[in-house]
Amino acid sequence: MIEIRDVSKWYGSFQVLKSCSVSVARGEVVVVCGPSGSGKSTLIKGVNGLEPCDEGEIVVDGLNVGVKADLRVLRTRVGMVFQNFELYPHLNVLDNICLAPMVVLKRKREEAEARARTLLGRVGLTDHALKFPAQLSGGQQQRVAIARSLAMDPVVMLFDEPTSALDPEMIKEVLDVMSDLARDGMTMIVVTHEMGFARRVADRIIFMDAGEIVEVRPPEAFFTAPESERARAFLSKILEH
Amino acid sequence: MGHLDVNVILRNLPYLWEGLQLSFLLAAIAIAGGIFFGLIMALLRMSSIRPVAWIALGYVNFFRSVPLILVIFWIYFLVPLLLGHATGPFLSAVVAFTMFETAYYCEIIRAGVQSTPKGQISAGVASGMTWLQAMRHIVMPQAFRKMRPILLTQSIILFQDTSLVYVVTLRDFMTSVSTVASQELRMVELYLFAGAAYFAICFAGSRLINRLDGGFRR
Ligand SMILES: Nc1ncnc2c1ncn2[C@@H]1O[C@H](COP(=O)(O)OP(=O)(O)OP(=O)(O)O)[C@@H](O)[C@H]1O
Ligand SMILES: [Mg+2]
Repeated sequence: MIEIRDVSKWYGSFQVLKSCSVSVARGEVVVVCGPSGSGKSTLIKGVNGLEPCDEGEIVVDGLNVGVKADLRVLRTRVGMVFQNFELYPHLNVLDNICLAPMVVLKRKREEAEARARTLLGRVGLTDHALKFPAQLSGGQQQRVAIARSLAMDPVVMLFDEPTSALDPEMIKEVLDVMSDLARDGMTMIVVTHEMGFARRVADRIIFMDAGEIVEVRPPEAFFTAPESERARAFLSKILEH
Repeated sequence: MGHLDVNVILRNLPYLWEGLQLSFLLAAIAIAGGIFFGLIMALLRMSSIRPVAWIALGYVNFFRSVPLILVIFWIYFLVPLLLGHATGPFLSAVVAFTMFETAYYCEIIRAGVQSTPKGQISAGVASGMTWLQAMRHIVMPQAFRKMRPILLTQSIILFQDTSLVYVVTLRDFMTSVSTVASQELRMVELYLFAGAAYFAICFAGSRLINRLDGGFRR
């Protein structure tokens, strides 16, 4: 489903990604973790071309990120959820969800709205359709953002630290929605520090450090017996509090 | 000074009204044209194609460094030389105002766009929109809302600046007032009236915008 082959990227002389390779199968959930600045966001943004890579290639569902004509199509099929939600503040919840389907997929208003309402039900926000983002809590906003991505009927969902801007009591409601999505068979790449979620939901963990993919392993193996010294150091730091 | 003679204004109202109409018409065209071309210029200015951005930057810097009255002169005297025939004072004033104001509106719009967080474009682009679609549906509506007060200020200045067209023989509101004032030798009445009229128009304009603003507020 997703093929990342020998991807490298530089910011000036600083190499953010060092020959990263990994493939993700259809329906698989992969959690990416690693210290701050290790290149997690850059890697995940490479998958939908928000951060183009300098070397190597990324292919999603047969579409090559490096090919301009493919990229547009690819982006309609790859949803992305951001740390800061990035809801459109001038539009209400319903219009936030309907915008891309109407503009990009040329869906009719009624059709888009019907789908939006179904999705709002799925993320537990049926009663909030006409509210504006500023009237919602962080957890609710992030659930709207997930519904907004799903409205494009994506085959892959990317999450970049979807809960790290949230107050602790709201993290669970977002993770629950993501778990449901995983159970329904969505292919997902999730950058997160929520190790409980990783353990329960992920099929594999990608551990990154200093631009390299250091380990790719099933959660049990990764958490109980990390192979590299770097992963051990990272885990002891993150699990100690 | 004696008492104020209100009749002098009533008597000359049709003449003053003609001048006011010209000011309105010129301001309306220049505001619409300035915002339209200012928007295009702002998009060019933010283009990732360097030469395009530089040309737009050059345009803006040029027009912001010369006085409007000079531009009015230039267009009035130079364009006929280039075209080989006269264009008439009104058309040349319209062109001069639009070209000049485009530079100012461009900068206002660019600032508004850049005050919108970059992540908003990313969100649009990530869902398959082109950069222009993201601009049109996501960034511009937010930017214009923030810009409304500054756009209004600029437009009021523009309206007041229409008095400069007397240099190309046009008779705007202010010029009409001066003419009547000197003919009738009633300076106080007419200049008080002119002040009151400018104030009323600009005040009404800003109230109208605030009203619209309130209507949009969530
Ligand atoms: N536009 C940029 N220009 C220069 N350097 C950048 C840029 N964006 C990111 N970097 C650098 O690239 C490295 C990787 O950044 P990235 O955002 O991918 O890290 P991350 O693993 O997502 O970190 P975090 O956990 O803090 O989100 C960092 O050292 C960062 O400083
Ligand atoms: Mg990051």
